[in-house]
Amino acid sequence: MDLTNVFVTVGTTKFDLLIRTITSPECIEALKKRGCRRLTLQVGSGTFMPKSGYLYGVEVTAFRLKDSIKDDLMRANFVISHAGAGSCLEALELGKPLLVVVNTDLMDNHQIEVATKLKECGYLHYTTCDQLLPTLVQLDVSQLKLFPKYDPLKYIAAIDRIMGFS
Amino acid sequence: MLGLICILALCAFAVRCLILMHQVFTMRRPPEDVRSLGQPVRTMLVIGSGGHTAELLKITQHLDVRRYRPRYYVMADTDITSEMKIVSVEYNNPKGDYIVVKIPRARHVGQSFFSSIFTTIWSTICVFPRMLYYRPELVLCNGPGTCIPICLIAFLLRAACIQPNNRIVFLESVCRVKSLSLTGKLLMFFADNIFVQWPELTRTYRRVQYIGFA
Repeated sequence: MDLTNVFVTVGTTKFDLLIRTITSPECIEALKKRGCRRLTLQVGSGTFMPKSGYLYGVEVTAFRLKDSIKDDLMRANFVISHAGAGSCLEALELGKPLLVVVNTDLMDNHQIEVATKLKECGYLHYTTCDQLLPTLVQLDVSQLKLFPKYDPLKYIAAIDRIMGFS
Repeated sequence: MLGLICILALCAFAVRCLILMHQVFTMRRPPEDVRSLGQPVRTMLVIGSGGHTAELLKITQHLDVRRYRPRYYVMADTDITSEMKIVSVEYNNPKGDYIVVKIPRARHVGQSFFSSIFTTIWSTICVFPRMLYYRPELVLCNGPGTCIPICLIAFLLRAACIQPNNRIVFLESVCRVKSLSLTGKLLMFFADNIFVQWPELTRTYRRVQYIGFA
């Protein structure tokens, strides 16, 4: 499992606990042991902004928001994300191994439904902040199934049929 | 006498609406006649906001622009980012092929249910003349509420035989895993086709269609 470039994303939400936990000495150490060299964090509207620079030998970069995080996702070998449907699907569509960290403060958020469903299908791993460290130590992404490619042309074909284009 | 005729006409119209709703709900509408490229479909795309816009455009940007034109993009007048996305999707297509139509928003985020009834009625009134003018043959939408007035008018135009062959297609969001959205539930009676993105939903709602991933 390649963890050279790890990308953390929380979308537009505020999820300080995840950012604090992942940048804690224990987590950084665990990531480094598994070969992590670079850790990029997208912290959204959170109040905790980690300092960019080297942290225990891992190069840490943090930013709030970008128009598109596609480049960061492309560069990453491993993605850690909040449970937002948009973030999860974007990472999976790019074929990245994904670990979702559920924000237990937002339990009634219906976006979690999608992450739960994707987890049931075996496309991603799932954890909470207090279990993040053991997860990072043991995690094995080799059992994850590859997310099927989303094919808009199937919808187009269905619409064509409805409108009488054969 | 005149009053009686009016009442009878209204009753007949109401009965026709109910028959059409039944036809839509049981999916017994006869299929569209075979079309050629010479008969393009006037298409209305109802743009929601944020994630909804992205989800709809992800599919509709692959529509054959020769088959589906002109394309009317209907969006809330407060939405700026969606308009930019539309322009970027349509960038390479002929200029007159698409038109952006702006309407007042039916429901603002966080607005109460009661007051949203009135704003929905107001947005319906504003949309009506546009719908009469553009007369879309195909309405494509994926929620949220903005598409309700448009689908309702499209349905009434069909019932009144002004646009008897129009079709309404609703695409449910990928976020709906266990149940349909409120818009989806309402459109069970008005939309000819409801596409869902998770197969489980076809067990709960028998008339929805799962198109699926690859």
